[in-house]
Amino acid sequence: MSKKAQKAEKGTLKKVLKYLQPYWALVALSILLSAVIVALTLYVPVLIGRAIDHIIGPGKVDFAAILPLLLRIGVIVAATAAVQWLVNSINNKITYQVVQDVRNQAFRRLQILPLSYIDSHPVGGIVSQVIADVDQFADGLLLGFTQLFTGVVTILGTLGFMVSIRPGIAAVVVVLTPLSFVVARFIATHTYSFFQQQSETRGEQTAFIDEMLGNQKVVKAFGQEEKSVEKFDEINERLEKCSLKAIFYSSLTNPCTRFVNNVVYAAVALSGALVCAATAGTAAPFTVGSLSALLSYANQYTKPFNEISGVVTELQNALACAARIFKLIAEPAQTPDAQDARVLSEAAGQVDISDVYFAYTPDRPLIERLNLHVKPGQRIAIVGPTGCGKTTLINLLMRFYDVDRGAIAVEGTDIRQITRRSLRANYGMVLQETWLKAGTVRENLVLGKPDATEEEIIAACKSAHAHSFIKRLPNGYDTVIGEDGGQLSQGQKQLLCIARIMLCLPPMLILDEATSSIDTRTEIRIQKAFTTMMQGRTTFIVAHRLSTIREADVILVMRDGHIIEQGNHETLLAKDGFYAKLYNSQFAA
Amino acid sequence: MKKLLVYLREYRKESILGPLFKLLEAGFELIVPLVVAAIIDRGIGAQDQRYIWLMCLVLVGLGLVGLLCSVTAQYFAAKASVGFVKKLRHALYSHIQGFSYQTLDKVGISTLITRMTSDMNQVQTGLNLALRLLLRSPFVVFGAMIMAFTIDVKAALWFVAAIPALSVVVFGIMLASIPLYRKVQGLLDKVLGATRENLTGARVLRAFGKEDTEIAAFEEKNEALTVMQKYVGRISALMNPVTYVIINLAILFLIHTGAVRVEAGIITQGAVVALYNYMSQILVELIKLANLIINITKSVACAKRIQGVLDMPAGEPVKRDLPKGDGKYRVQFIHAGIRYSEGADASLTDVNLSVLPGETVGVIGGTGSGKSTFVNLIPRFYEATEGQVLVDGMDVRAMEPEALRARIGIVPQKAVLFQGTIRENLQWGNEAAAGEEIMQAVRIAQAEDVVVSKGGLDAMIEQAGRNLSGGQRQRLTIARALVRKPDILILDDSSSALDFATDAALRKALREMDGRPTVFIVSQRTSSIQHADQIVVLDDGRAVGVGTHLDLLETCPVYREIYDSQFRKEAAQA
Repeated sequence: MSKKAQKAEKGTLKKVLKYLQPYWALVALSILLSAVIVALTLYVPVLIGRAIDHIIGPGKVDFAAILPLLLRIGVIVAATAAVQWLVNSINNKITYQVVQDVRNQAFRRLQILPLSYIDSHPVGGIVSQVIADVDQFADGLLLGFTQLFTGVVTILGTLGFMVSIRPGIAAVVVVLTPLSFVVARFIATHTYSFFQQQSETRGEQTAFIDEMLGNQKVVKAFGQEEKSVEKFDEINERLEKCSLKAIFYSSLTNPCTRFVNNVVYAAVALSGALVCAATAGTAAPFTVGSLSALLSYANQYTKPFNEISGVVTELQNALACAARIFKLIAEPAQTPDAQDARVLSEAAGQVDISDVYFAYTPDRPLIERLNLHVKPGQRIAIVGPTGCGKTTLINLLMRFYDVDRGAIAVEGTDIRQITRRSLRANYGMVLQETWLKAGTVRENLVLGKPDATEEEIIAACKSAHAHSFIKRLPNGYDTVIGEDGGQLSQGQKQLLCIARIMLCLPPMLILDEATSSIDTRTEIRIQKAFTTMMQGRTTFIVAHRLSTIREADVILVMRDGHIIEQGNHETLLAKDGFYAKLYNSQFAA
Repeated sequence: MKKLLVYLREYRKESILGPLFKLLEAGFELIVPLVVAAIIDRGIGAQDQRYIWLMCLVLVGLGLVGLLCSVTAQYFAAKASVGFVKKLRHALYSHIQGFSYQTLDKVGISTLITRMTSDMNQVQTGLNLALRLLLRSPFVVFGAMIMAFTIDVKAALWFVAAIPALSVVVFGIMLASIPLYRKVQGLLDKVLGATRENLTGARVLRAFGKEDTEIAAFEEKNEALTVMQKYVGRISALMNPVTYVIINLAILFLIHTGAVRVEAGIITQGAVVALYNYMSQILVELIKLANLIINITKSVACAKRIQGVLDMPAGEPVKRDLPKGDGKYRVQFIHAGIRYSEGADASLTDVNLSVLPGETVGVIGGTGSGKSTFVNLIPRFYEATEGQVLVDGMDVRAMEPEALRARIGIVPQKAVLFQGTIRENLQWGNEAAAGEEIMQAVRIAQAEDVVVSKGGLDAMIEQAGRNLSGGQRQRLTIARALVRKPDILILDDSSSALDFATDAALRKALREMDGRPTVFIVSQRTSSIQHADQIVVLDDGRAVGVGTHLDLLETCPVYREIYDSQFRKEAAQA
């Protein structure tokens, strides 16, 4: 591991400790009690050994000495068990509590991260950080608590007891044990390439399955079933070969380390028995009871070694996961609302965009020197080729992104001086990309107006022409729709999004290709409701249908982030510029 | 489950030898305490150094033989489990190939992919572990008990008491916690769902100012998860302490009984040590067994899911004795209708249409009006549940599906191409097609410039056709359908990514083809179908109008409405 990686790991570890801080008393208790458990557990074989020493042969059994010993062992065992349960419970509690804290923090951070972060990171990646990484981290933390610490203490304790019983034999164990490490290491490094090959082939197979089964209907339409199986089998054969290698060679670890343990055991038996035989009858005999204790230690001593080598990789993995999630939590948040930010109530709808510059990445300027002044109630249509900055303008209006230079003002106040929540509450937004949450249809509809009455909901749905299809759903308005609309068609989802806005009716509207997925007949029917809704509301429309654009008060023709033409339909046509060309080409089509 | 075991038959030898060698290894392990007892009683007792050396060499020897047995066992287990899953994967994949569209819709593609991948892997792991350990652990447990009996019957009775007690505790805790862990998984899924949804809906949620409600809802779900995790944790935390107590109590009684028996001169001191060692071995094995059973339970659940897919009917049986129709029509719909599932609304009802060879039929209607369903009845991708669909006077259900489909060229809605060369992709239509035949199809499909710009027919197409634009992909899929020189060509809304000029050129080229096919064009645009010989207007699964463009403008209000919404109104106002 490089120095830098080590340093990073240290930093992560520090943060982990910070999360543990609220539970420091529990942590301290857990560590203390774990040490107690180890000591007690190790003491039991000593006592059993002593008891065995009192059972030498016929007529040489000292019951008076054995019985109190056994009683003592019983008490110690009961105490150990109780403490063990307590420690396990404490460790569980600490781990799950920390995990809960981390997840909550991560989720809270997600709410205030700038949209640019969410836009530029795949959802699956962030979700796996919050779920899978935190889980891995928890597993590692729990393992670290329960096994690493007790493992180390057990090794030290065992060693101590062994030395106290017979230093010479302890030395034999110390010398031989690392062998099992070496063997495990050897196997791990030599099977690595097999595993890599296996996971590559597996990946290839998954990709093939994904491509073929994902388009099974096409495969069937062209009668390619047999050919598809043939190709699948070819990959399947290869996967079998490398899987067999990977699985077989890696499964050698256990038998091999077990063999090393057996050798250690034999060595202890040998040296112990020889000493036993040699010292029998002397003043300080090495007894059979001591030998039995040593043998039981020899077993215990190698076990934590094997466990620890597993735990260390687990811990490294856990720290890597923790680092990822901490990175997410440390991502810079969006600029908080100004302290004296104004709460915008019912805006009349005056919007002023003055000298605005904006770019997603500094080296690729997108919007430059944009100026637009909208009077209350005006309808602004934005047209232009893809990538001209239409959607970006919406991002800026809603303050999903902040302008680089210049200012956008609503009612004369710079929107950076208005709380985000109140600014956004004044806009009703329908996007081309529909989004619905998992829940009932009703829950989705009242998103903007939680206290809406049944009549209001139905009225809104009727004007959005959503009522009739909602009624036909299995449970009407209480039908549960899956994540992102589930079984609804794209058009139906869009109708729900429109109904959602028609229900809360904010003073300003943003419609980004709001009817793109609705068939033309229904669209014309909704149009009427749209027209009523837009009455007296400042509206920004990104649209491709000419009828919508034609009726706008101001048409902005955008190209490469600039407004190249501005005016109403007639004046722009008369100008015979880009708009006229666009209009004619679309119409001719 | 039983059905799956068929695939293990070929690995019968491995599946028997694997566990057998494992048992051998365990057997050698069971001899160890006896050897130690001999060392104590004869070696130390008689101070026989040579004997001690010999016995310790025996210990190492036992370890070595155990190692060899174990390695052999691991090999057989790996071979059987990997081979079994290979066979199973092949069987499932082949089985899926026989699924009808309806079954595919019902099961869902993502489910099938999970069955083929992660479920298979879990079954492999489970089988491998089962072959290695499932017999070994009980063998060691009972073996230890039997060995104890050979040493001393009275002392061994403590084993008879301890083993059931331990089993009850280990398996009781396990059984109690498995359903709870499932609950934990369910709660975790909810937390995951909340996170994903919050991200995909970030814009909308922020637009509605829902951040605080979202946090509250998330923290509630998270709290429920933590509470459940801690609860399960407390239960499974009982396992170690309780088993520890039981095993040590048994040891205490064992030593006491041992003391009495030694006093009576029935057994030796070494025998007591051996009994003590056997008791210790049991605990380790029982806990291993419990973990193994958790793993196997998971695998069995996965195997059952795989079995579930294998149990679904595949293949489309040919039905004889269906009434014949008029052979002069290429395609005929007679009162045809379909209901996807019992109780659901019909997706298509009572459609009647007769199409002569070489005619062009336009199909138009709103989203969800049944256009795709309608054309999918012709190649029998879906089966009519009412009435009949006939090709050349024969009911499509009475024809061999392969023979029927070989005559039909289909261009699906989604333009899908596969990894491979352009040639390979186009030969899906007809494997025997030579270069010139392919190029002819390419030219009709207006895709010559695509092929040229990519560098010829042998240019590579990346997975899912990523290196092509939507329009390019679409034209190639049209060419793919044309390569087979079909009698019937179905364009399922497949010119949507083409601009109007290309669309028009394509239609013209199709009209001028030799052996001109009967063409079905599904579209939302009236301009794509208005020159068709017949137009079917669908609305909510009903054919509300059949006729030519001009007829329909007169007689069909739905068609007029669609036409007006796209064309006439704007033309009038411009």
